[in-house]
Amino acid sequence: MAKTKATRPEAGRPVRKIGFRQRLGRWDVKLSPYLYVSPFFIVFAVVGMFPLLYTAYVSMFDWHLLGGKGEFVGLGNYEFILGQHNFWVAMRNTLSIFVISSVPQVTAAIGIAWVLDANIRAKTFWRMGVLLPYVVAPVAVSVIFSRMFADQFGLVNSVLGGIGIDPIRWHADPLASHFVISVMVWYRWTGYNTLICLAAMQAVPRDLYEAAVIDGASKAKQFFSVTIPQIRPTIIFVIITATIGCLQIFDEPRMYDQFGQGGSDHQWMTATLYLYQLGWNQEMNFGRAASVAWLLFMVIGVIAVFNFALTRRIASDSPDHSAKVRKTAKTRGAVKR
Amino acid sequence: MKPRSRPLLALTAFGAAAAVLLVGCAGGGDQKDAGGDAGDEKVTLTVATFNDFGIEPLLEEYQELHPNITIEHKRAATSDEARENMYSKIAAGSGLADIEYVEIDWMPELRGYSQYLNDLADPAIEGRFIGWAEEGGKDAEGRQIAYPVNIAPEGICYRADLFEQAGLPTDRAEVAELFGGANATWAKYFEVGEQFVANSPGGAKWFDEAASIYQGMVNQLEYPYEDQDDNVIADTNPDVKAIFDQVTTAALDDGLSAGLQQWNDDWGQAFQNGAFATILCPSWILGPIQDYAAGVTGWDVANVFPGGGGNWGGSFLSIPTQTEHFDEAKALALWLTAPEQQVKTFENAGLFPATPDATTDPAVTEYSHTYFNNAPTGQIFAERAEAVKVMPYKGPHYFAVQNTAMIPALRRVDVDKTDTAQSSWDKFVAEIEQYK
Repeated sequence: MAKTKATRPEAGRPVRKIGFRQRLGRWDVKLSPYLYVSPFFIVFAVVGMFPLLYTAYVSMFDWHLLGGKGEFVGLGNYEFILGQHNFWVAMRNTLSIFVISSVPQVTAAIGIAWVLDANIRAKTFWRMGVLLPYVVAPVAVSVIFSRMFADQFGLVNSVLGGIGIDPIRWHADPLASHFVISVMVWYRWTGYNTLICLAAMQAVPRDLYEAAVIDGASKAKQFFSVTIPQIRPTIIFVIITATIGCLQIFDEPRMYDQFGQGGSDHQWMTATLYLYQLGWNQEMNFGRAASVAWLLFMVIGVIAVFNFALTRRIASDSPDHSAKVRKTAKTRGAVKR
Repeated sequence: MKPRSRPLLALTAFGAAAAVLLVGCAGGGDQKDAGGDAGDEKVTLTVATFNDFGIEPLLEEYQELHPNITIEHKRAATSDEARENMYSKIAAGSGLADIEYVEIDWMPELRGYSQYLNDLADPAIEGRFIGWAEEGGKDAEGRQIAYPVNIAPEGICYRADLFEQAGLPTDRAEVAELFGGANATWAKYFEVGEQFVANSPGGAKWFDEAASIYQGMVNQLEYPYEDQDDNVIADTNPDVKAIFDQVTTAALDDGLSAGLQQWNDDWGQAFQNGAFATILCPSWILGPIQDYAAGVTGWDVANVFPGGGGNWGGSFLSIPTQTEHFDEAKALALWLTAPEQQVKTFENAGLFPATPDATTDPAVTEYSHTYFNNAPTGQIFAERAEAVKVMPYKGPHYFAVQNTAMIPALRRVDVDKTDTAQSSWDKFVAEIEQYK
């Protein structure tokens, strides 16, 4: 005791010791959170970032699946791809399938979630029901739907024939083929997005609805002025994941016929299918395939940013109104208490 | 989630990871221990195949004959899967099996990378394989990079009942004569087709689609798409254009084609509806026809093929340079391709042997196919194999030209009907520009 008493004012060594511990403690506080989250980022760097950058590297070379790395060609592969008629057809198909499959899908998902959020009987049954198609493997979905939509002896065309409509050339007409592929996407993904929206809707404070009801808001008004603004972050998430999914669509178009090349006139050859053909089917040219991958990546990036901006605008279109609802709800809540 | 459950979760994850590591270590240790002390060293060979080659019982038998050899059989579900697996392991430089089965379609690609495959040439087995099949297993320098394990000679399958309704002969020998017998020509085949379509009461067409007939015809050209130096000549080769014109004329102007894309649902369904009366018949298609046309009677096989013989499909086996047991692997490869074993794979999986000695075996020659009106298919395909004179040269661009340009071109005209023959040909010419 005495010793400490004597040394403390003199050299302040114990103080330094405490200081080191403190520094350790401070590091602990400052670094630990990063260490705790680091596994994700390390794994991401290995399986996400590295392939991304390596693909960019590969796209600068003449690179063969079997032969490996060849000459450096700079942007030559990009130049080649952008000059290919097939690339633009693939982009047209991808964007067309993206619009046809994602817009109705997300809209329907929000609508169905709204219905499921209401007080209905056998809730769990309905909620599990919408998710059921998601369990079916995409390849199985393609097999089923390509059979239903077969051109000559398909179920859909015979039903159409029964009610006097001419058979539709599902595998010959580009728009018809995009429609069928989109139907497969709707079938599989609508339920999945519905559940995500439903989860978000259930987190919306019920007070807001009570307040809206007291203010005399109709069901529709509640939906547009309470539900939608409240689940905005979820809608953004759903739209962005749907965008990425639809732009990268591969299994469904590949399995839509047995030849797997996206139609004899490239009617439904999407960008990923084109990429696969370049890298594996035709000349096994990884360099060109990699440059298509990067072009697609950029397109997805642009569309995702555009969507993000758009959704933010739409959802916060009437800021004063939703703020008013929120404010009312608060006062009502206070009054009730 | 309650925070309480997290340590448990972490523990489980750690446990799983540890288990993976332990298993990994154990797997690595094994092989060293396997090296026995006795005279013949213990060797583990891996054999990679796809679909069904019917070799499973043979591998068992081989292991009984050679107690020091253990064989691991890796079987991929589809040939595409096997191809991707093989290529990615060639690129990686490790992981290939000691014996890799190869489909005939990949051979042109592998031929360009033959340095990864061992030369299997062996004077002891001279004359074992049918000449053109053996040639197909050689690279540009003449190294034998693969042994043929089966071939797929083509005949013509036909619906005897539909033939009868249209007033054509039904007996398979008469049908063969109808197309010209040994001197059968495509012109004659189409001519009979016109006669059939004109007289068929049920509205059945003559063949399934233009693209399949085209493949039969183009396989009889020596240099269809590329010259000896691998320059793409598909658009300037007058023979290719002539075949294209002849097929599209027969299919559309003469109305012989049912316009059904092979392997699509409509095509499969058409076997039940009797939509066409004949189909080019490589040996492996008998099984699928029997499945698709279950319950339909009348299919038969005629021992004839227009324009000389034809071969559509087949496989090889190869020994990659990655192998550490070349001698043992080669001994197994020689044993698997010997006539006795080839007869067994014919019996097990219906694959037609690539060795003439096997095709004269009674088990093959006396084989008759019940579904196809007891046609002696073993005998028929043996004769069809002898009729094959030309194996087309397939360079590095062959399949790109054929599958991504020519077949779609024919289907635009015949199946989708979105193009005329001329406009589709123009698209074909533009499409193959990228391979030049």
